[in-house]
Amino acid sequence: MTVPHAQVVGWIEEFASTVAENREYLTQLDSAIGDGDHGINMDRGMKAVLGKLEGLEGDDVGGLLKTVGMTLVSSVGGAGGPLYGTLFLQMGTATAGKSELEPEDWAAALDGAVDGVQMRGKAEVGDKTMIDALVPARDAFRSALADGASFAEALNRSAGAAEEGMQSTIPLVARKGRASYLGERSAGHQDPGATSSYMLLKTAAETWSGGA
Amino acid sequence: MKKLINKPDDVVTEALQGMAAAHPDLLRVSFGPNYIVRADAPVQGKVALVSGGGSGHEPMHGGFVGMGMLDAACPGDVFTSPTPDQMIEATKAVDGGAGVVHIVKNYTGDVMNFEMAAELARGEGIEVEAVVIDDDVAVQDSLYTAGRRGVGTTVLAEKICGAAAEEKQSLQQVAELCRRVNVNGRSMGMALTSCIVPAAGTPTFQLGEDEIEIGIGIHGEPGRERRKLAPASEIVESLATPVVEDLPYEEGDQVLAFVNGMGGTPAIELYIVYNELHKLLEERGIKIARNLIGSYITSLEMAGTSITLLKLDDELTRLWDAPVRTPGLRWGA
Repeated sequence: MTVPHAQVVGWIEEFASTVAENREYLTQLDSAIGDGDHGINMDRGMKAVLGKLEGLEGDDVGGLLKTVGMTLVSSVGGAGGPLYGTLFLQMGTATAGKSELEPEDWAAALDGAVDGVQMRGKAEVGDKTMIDALVPARDAFRSALADGASFAEALNRSAGAAEEGMQSTIPLVARKGRASYLGERSAGHQDPGATSSYMLLKTAAETWSGGA
Repeated sequence: MKKLINKPDDVVTEALQGMAAAHPDLLRVSFGPNYIVRADAPVQGKVALVSGGGSGHEPMHGGFVGMGMLDAACPGDVFTSPTPDQMIEATKAVDGGAGVVHIVKNYTGDVMNFEMAAELARGEGIEVEAVVIDDDVAVQDSLYTAGRRGVGTTVLAEKICGAAAEEKQSLQQVAELCRRVNVNGRSMGMALTSCIVPAAGTPTFQLGEDEIEIGIGIHGEPGRERRKLAPASEIVESLATPVVEDLPYEEGDQVLAFVNGMGGTPAIELYIVYNELHKLLEERGIKIARNLIGSYITSLEMAGTSITLLKLDDELTRLWDAPVRTPGLRWGA
């Protein structure tokens, strides 16, 4: 199985509609420990992305992902804009010139995503951020491939690891971003960034493994 | 919500239109993406200073665009960081070939957006140095948080570095100077009331009729403690003491004392605050060599004050005294 350009577009559209459906939920999570705008900002950004997709030509996956990244950077604001913008820009760099994704291409994209978000946000696993979902998802995808799993199976394991990572943020004390000013009071709440990152990987698994 | 606005969504745009209409001799405003540049930008051969942040802190930053201070300011939505497309356009518009300094207040969103803008600008061949201001002593546990917030020292850094840039100091010199101002500046603020973000329509936080928040951030972030209203003398002591002891400022030091209004506090009260601060510093043998009193870094209509001290040396004093001509700060020109 490979993932052609059209299915990458399909994943972006699916992520956009998942964000729209969960706009209030993400905002609620953010209100508890941040400034209460994560759902609103991500929804605005992904709607801007959908607008850009309409006029996009060619079948370069890397170019597509870079366009998504640049659009998020200029439309989301706050910390979410640079973090998700960098994530997609780095995924785009890792997949430049590809018209379809092999499993190894997606692994490289996930490496780019993790490295980009860590470079931008300087967060480690356990800081109660997006990284708590992204790193386990990347690791699970790579080890699934090493085990000889199919692309579809590896995507599903990756999404499962992201979900566990997201849930692991609940008891954590935030060490980055505005939530960190709450100290101990940030424990007991699921991180909104880890939650949207889980949605990103879940929609990839659903769109691609279902269609394969 | 009682505000002098037309529509909540139009607040930032219409305020920028007002600035453009009021100050064509000092600045120009661009829309989509939004940024303000000084009227004569780019000034060839001069290091350019770009700052920015959420709106709602006026006159910072747009009101400090002009000769002797900022070359450009990027206003975000109210209390929301601007985006890199604004910063890169502003950076390109003011680059006079000598490089650009980004003055960034330490908030996670602001820092990341300015970092991306700096990378993009460098990609286009513009030299950029970023300096992060983090002077708020109210944040104590900075090892386990996003660090101290950038507050009052930002205004002083923009003025002093603007003067250095006018003297045609180099990019490295201006950036180093900015870091020196940050290292020698400390602030702490308090609120008597909350503020209302226009798009939200309700107060950002709740304070009882007889309560105050000590150590408040400029977006209403929680401070060190909430306590009962007290006389100005006690409030000033609880702001100034942690500021003085943090650097620390010591007997014989010369300082610039900046008493800032949060937006809803009248000048008569700021002078009472200054009077108390003056007495407190005098008792410690710290000499106020320069001062600034007024509402320069605000939180919409929040009532309250912040105190900033900057330890001065001859160079900083000379650059503070140099001419400046902006909507918000003007002397000697």
